[in-house]
Amino acid sequence: MAETISFKLNGESVSVTTDGRRPLLWVLRTDLGLTGTKFGCGKAICGACTVLVDKAVVRSCIYPVRNVSGKEVLTIEGLSKNGDLHPLQKAFIKHDALQCGFCTPGMILNAYSLLHQNPRPSREEIIQGMEGNLCRCGAYTRIIDAIQTAAKEMKGGN
Amino acid sequence: MKEDQYMDIDFRDAIVDKDLSRREFIKLIGGGIIVFFWVGDDSVLEAQRRGRSYPEDFNAYLRIGADGRVTCFTGKVELGQGIITSLAQMLADELDVGLDSVDMVMGDTSICPWDMGTFGSMSTRFFGPPLRAAGAEARAIMIELAAEHLQIPADRLVAENGVVFDKNQKEKRVTFADLAKGKTIARRAGEKPALKTPSEFKVMGKEFLRRDALEKVTGKAKYAGDFRLPDMLYAKILRPPAHGATLKSVDNSAAEKIEGASVVRDGDIVAVLHKNPDEAEDALSRVKAEFEVPPANVDDETIFEHLLAKAGKGNVVAQGGELEAGVKLADIVIEQTYFDGYKAHAAMETHTALAKVEGNKATVWVSTQTPFPIKNQIAEALSFAPDDVRVITPFVGGGFGGKSPGRQAIEAAKLAKITGKPVQVAWSREEEFFYDTFRPAAVVKIKSGITKDGKIVLWDYGVYFAGERGSQQFYNIPHHRTASIGGSGSTHPFGTGPWRAPANNTNTFARESQIDIMAAKAKMGAVEFRLKNLQDERAIRVLKAAAEKFGWTDSAAPSGRGVGVACGTDSGTYVATIAEVSVDKQTGNVQVKRVVCAQDMGLAINPEGARIQIEGCITMGLGYALLEDIHFKGGKILDVNFDTYQLPRFSWVPKIETVILDLKDQPAQGGGEPAIITMGAVIANAVYDAVGARVFQLPVSPERVKKALA
Repeated sequence: MAETISFKLNGESVSVTTDGRRPLLWVLRTDLGLTGTKFGCGKAICGACTVLVDKAVVRSCIYPVRNVSGKEVLTIEGLSKNGDLHPLQKAFIKHDALQCGFCTPGMILNAYSLLHQNPRPSREEIIQGMEGNLCRCGAYTRIIDAIQTAAKEMKGGN
Repeated sequence: MKEDQYMDIDFRDAIVDKDLSRREFIKLIGGGIIVFFWVGDDSVLEAQRRGRSYPEDFNAYLRIGADGRVTCFTGKVELGQGIITSLAQMLADELDVGLDSVDMVMGDTSICPWDMGTFGSMSTRFFGPPLRAAGAEARAIMIELAAEHLQIPADRLVAENGVVFDKNQKEKRVTFADLAKGKTIARRAGEKPALKTPSEFKVMGKEFLRRDALEKVTGKAKYAGDFRLPDMLYAKILRPPAHGATLKSVDNSAAEKIEGASVVRDGDIVAVLHKNPDEAEDALSRVKAEFEVPPANVDDETIFEHLLAKAGKGNVVAQGGELEAGVKLADIVIEQTYFDGYKAHAAMETHTALAKVEGNKATVWVSTQTPFPIKNQIAEALSFAPDDVRVITPFVGGGFGGKSPGRQAIEAAKLAKITGKPVQVAWSREEEFFYDTFRPAAVVKIKSGITKDGKIVLWDYGVYFAGERGSQQFYNIPHHRTASIGGSGSTHPFGTGPWRAPANNTNTFARESQIDIMAAKAKMGAVEFRLKNLQDERAIRVLKAAAEKFGWTDSAAPSGRGVGVACGTDSGTYVATIAEVSVDKQTGNVQVKRVVCAQDMGLAINPEGARIQIEGCITMGLGYALLEDIHFKGGKILDVNFDTYQLPRFSWVPKIETVILDLKDQPAQGGGEPAIITMGAVIANAVYDAVGARVFQLPVSPERVKKALA
């Protein structure tokens, strides 16, 4: 049941020929070799596998790759532009907003989408928007601070 | 002094009969200036001898290369706890180089010296001091070499930022890089090289950001599951429905029909392999298997009764005075039993390994806290010589004590040997919960007594099945006994093991709850009562620091304010925590609003890193304090993912304030575990203060709060 699925991945056109029902996560990690997106729970509960499809948050562990056809997919590897880190990446470094780092790509992409929808979120709005992403090391307070810093830095832009 | 002579002298410094082995070893890691040093006691040496045939008189070393970069090789691994930064700081400071020029090579068994594992908050405490000594020794070598190179007496030379110069004429200088060029010098660190005093610290005790953050925010950081090899296969393994179940029959035919899937059966392992992990999983779901499941004779409700029935004699951890005398002195005697259920480690990265077997050699990338023990286990499983197995530990996505067992690495290695192809085994979340070595369920029984004026005179304490870490009370009690009781044989229906600050979470919950009950009986405030009964200066100091930061005022509980206190010690560190909670009496929900934590950890190598660990402990601790509990029926684990096993989330997190006492002249103590131990008690105590209802079992769940209120 292989089909060819074409989409934009981190700004580049790609196509893969595979079973379209396969989860986007594993197509990214195996077929396309982008291992920055992580597996955490396999049930869209923890957010480690978060990527953006047309700037909307998608839990790639349960998202059929077929659904990205003709769309734009952004993963953690595509966030920095020409070697310049995205303000969220800079803010995560500045606030030490990570420990083991395994949830970090999902956190950053979820925050990216949050700031896209709401460029000036309050602390409460950040908590609401990030509630579906889990961090076992307990970096939550620093992640909130990092998102607030990035929001200021971005001045409402992306 | 000519270079050759120098080498000779230094090789005589070392244990002579090990020269050959050391020469080979130096060749393996490349030349440069190498300082070997020794960590630990003779039992470690013994264990090392059984491992790889390294030169045997050291278990860590550093190298200064011709490019001026300093590399520290250590068997310790980075799990998120931040030693990739703090160990480098220790080395940079003693060696007088910039932190940026230090590279850490960690957990690779072929180039790092033997290490028993990264656990017990031991890296900074026990690895740190000899690392500093080695740094100091290396610095002395650089000064010696510079004296030769510059023709200036050594006592006129100063090292700074990787450069040695004449303190009278700064332009007379030479870099470490130039000194190391073309040389191979090896030396063993002496017993006691002069270490820097706190006033001389340039890097230690200063705030540094994580050194691995850039890799981690860009997705470049590689974990065990991120390595790709030509022709590699992903394996999914058939798992029993319950611990103790036996496989009766298996039908692979439907799985084998999946294109690209192959099934391997080897002893107990039934594995489906495919070039894509999701397709391997799909194929595995088509394997029809029947298991015989033994009857369940215990569950999460009856476990405590079961444990007490299996209890053995136990051992006395501490005692003093006469318990009978304590009973006579007491005006009020309180007997109470505390309970704690099983807890999962639940690191975000599941157990993962990638194995490559070529001939009789294996290379295995493993998410583990114990690369060296796992290397030996793999060698045994494959019938290979230990030296023919290399374990590489990349970044590990959280451990918390759960990543010492390496079942997944053995599975991957066996399958790689059978198939002749590289094989990755990465557990699903369900497998992770199934094979997790949970923090054990435990019971604590305490009988304690106070006089009318609030002096504790009796303490009879028995902890069952948690372990003795943290069981020793530190109050000034004339008549006391502390015993730790375990069982014999298979007590638990599944695996258990160390969980961040093992035993101490349970012990501190029980002890500090009991202390609070006594304070309330004495109609005293929680801080006042503790201070009245403490003589230990470190405990007094850290409690006062927390109280001051919090703005504490004493009032007998329940005061309705919802504030609680708990103290504890772990890994040489003292911790005092004060929390404020609100309790919804209708639902039993507890929201933690504010947590203040003061810590006496001696010299904090990286105060910023230490603070992150305290915050992490508090946040992770909210989980076991409020909601985390493994439900099970016999060997069947009922919580297998984060839908029913709830981890702390963003909305749970209180305002967190930390105080690290400034004790630069004291030895560095543990930082990764201590602050988690107080979380159960501080919340139980704050809940009691809020609503006058006490929960004696962790977690302090909404159901238990409602029941306590009824």
